[in-house]
Amino acid sequence: MSVRNFEVKSYPEMWKSLDMNVERFEKMRCVLGDVFQTTYLTQENRPKAMDYFNWIVSEIHGGRIAEILELKKQGSPIVGTFCVFIPEEIVIAAGGVCIGLCGGSQGPVPDAEKVLPRNICPMIKASYGFKIAKVCPYFQVVDFVYGETTCDAKKKTWELLDREVPTYVMEIPQMKRQRDLNLWLQEVEDFKSKMEEVTKKEITFEDMSKSIKVLNEKRKALQRLNNLRRNNPSPISGKDVLLIEQIAFFDDPIRFTSKVNELCNELEGRIKNGISAATASTPRVMVSGTPMAMPNWKIHNIIESAGGIVVNEESCIGTRYFKDIIAEDSNSIDEMLLYLTKRYMKIDCSCFTPNDERVDQVLSEYENSHAQGILHYSLQFCHTYNIEAVKIKEVCEKKSIPFLSIESDYSPEDIGQLQTRIEAFLEQIKG
Amino acid sequence: MIVGIDIGSRTIKAVAFKNGQMLDYQIAESSIDPHRQALEMIKKYHPAKIVATGYGRHLAKKHFAQDLITEIKAHALGARFFFPNCCTVLDVGGQDSKVISLGERGNVINFQMNDKCAAGTGRFLEIMSTSLGFALSEFGEAALESRQDIKINSMCTVFAESEVISLKNQGAHAKDIAKAVHISIVEKIISLLHRISYNNEIVFSGGVAKNSCIKELLQQFLGIKIYVPPVPDITGALGAAIFISQGIGHQDKMTDDNVIN
Repeated sequence: MSVRNFEVKSYPEMWKSLDMNVERFEKMRCVLGDVFQTTYLTQENRPKAMDYFNWIVSEIHGGRIAEILELKKQGSPIVGTFCVFIPEEIVIAAGGVCIGLCGGSQGPVPDAEKVLPRNICPMIKASYGFKIAKVCPYFQVVDFVYGETTCDAKKKTWELLDREVPTYVMEIPQMKRQRDLNLWLQEVEDFKSKMEEVTKKEITFEDMSKSIKVLNEKRKALQRLNNLRRNNPSPISGKDVLLIEQIAFFDDPIRFTSKVNELCNELEGRIKNGISAATASTPRVMVSGTPMAMPNWKIHNIIESAGGIVVNEESCIGTRYFKDIIAEDSNSIDEMLLYLTKRYMKIDCSCFTPNDERVDQVLSEYENSHAQGILHYSLQFCHTYNIEAVKIKEVCEKKSIPFLSIESDYSPEDIGQLQTRIEAFLEQIKG
Repeated sequence: MIVGIDIGSRTIKAVAFKNGQMLDYQIAESSIDPHRQALEMIKKYHPAKIVATGYGRHLAKKHFAQDLITEIKAHALGARFFFPNCCTVLDVGGQDSKVISLGERGNVINFQMNDKCAAGTGRFLEIMSTSLGFALSEFGEAALESRQDIKINSMCTVFAESEVISLKNQGAHAKDIAKAVHISIVEKIISLLHRISYNNEIVFSGGVAKNSCIKELLQQFLGIKIYVPPVPDITGALGAAIFISQGIGHQDKMTDDNVIN
């Protein structure tokens, strides 16, 4: 154990200045610290380079917020997003900070349910709840949020969220024809104009080239990490990789990239020296489906506590975020935006129809990660992923790939049932 | 002597097993303190090894069992003990129901569970039998005597119970309502079966398999043969005992520590 008496650091003065519900948030940060301690810091034989990511968690609501506030003071726009479709490259090119605001905990769900219907996805409820209950410092520091239209519950919630914080919406097409690409390119151009309007400064070719490079490097580092963790035996736990994939959405991108690469160097050494997070006979599970936003570690924790290891996340907080990079050989800003749009159009979110490329992607990640089974994870009421699971199940049956479909939310009430299913799934893999 | 113990939601089942034979079994309603109760039940066997399954398996492992397996695997092993070629197992217990698809070697290749609510489980039957004034043990027979079809529309135990109350108050016969209750469970089970591939012979285990009406309706609706082990309640406990007696027990870590609550 590298860290003892872990705590998420308290910054009551700063929180007060951000108009937060400090009393309630104080309790929440204690709970987060305890859960992190028991979920993460009890793992044996973790890579040394995880210390940085532990530190980020300890400063998640303090040090990192102070950094963002400092940038804000210097004139950087702070943009909140909820989806991997919003082009971070444009925010960075405008000198801004891009923060993924997806909520991953049960805490603020009851707040949201006072307003929103209960039967919508927990991620939307948690995100909205964090804002109205004033218990998320990231939500308090953003200048505006940029939502998107990947599902009905989201796009209608943005209308309500706009009353709390300025909320702009980018239309994401639901098909992938030429006219959809054209529409989306226009949306990307509008987003660029919006950022320019906020900063009162034009985004130049150089700004864009630089930001594309920064984010390509970040995505490449995550690809490198994912390739290394796929080694059998895995040099790092699935939980740790998930944590890094979550931190990718709010950390400083350049520092993050260098820390992920540092970790990768260590993992290469571990592989060479035969140091691993689990034995080679440990059942290897690939998780596929909806994103697991911080601190949603529920499924990974059950799998790894039951003697399995997660070797891949086919998810927005996972490969969907980093599998594609943007070509860096464009000659004009227009061409850049087109390349960018094309890169984003490769995201195989289940909001598209048809979306058969996702089935192929799942299979290819299954092969490449040397997984032995696929656990499809759908957040409750996420209709598109839930329905698409049918196709993934069919192809798994055809190929005799052990498959388990789980639908769950953030509450702990189904832990017992999930444990039974997941343990039985691991038994099934072991044969 | 090897003991398999199945600590379920409603009952605790123990099986004593030696040299490939089941020597004894016990079934008891579970108390507030299931692991002590379980230990009390099995101490007379002086077991060399204990394998736990069911909802209380982790608790049992923490206190006295050497190994644990899930109910899925336990029912698969137990069903194969009586029906060595079976490839589909249906288990309907007190709190959940599950269907398991087995490969030729008896290995689990697919499973589906309904455990989010009481619909389609023993608990549903129990509540409905009480509401209609039948003992649980005679509920199935009574339903088989029904001559008139009525339908219960609600799958939810709470709503179905109010539906039963309104049917009673409309003057419907208790046996006809009983049949409707059974049909509603069977429909739920069939939708679960459709989620896996099943063949023409299904082994039906768990306490609910003792209900003759459920078995009869399943055969009728699916047009297939349903086999029920001699004492269907103990299939899981038996499977747990078989697991270790076959030497397939494992020492892998399967702990319930570190689970976020």
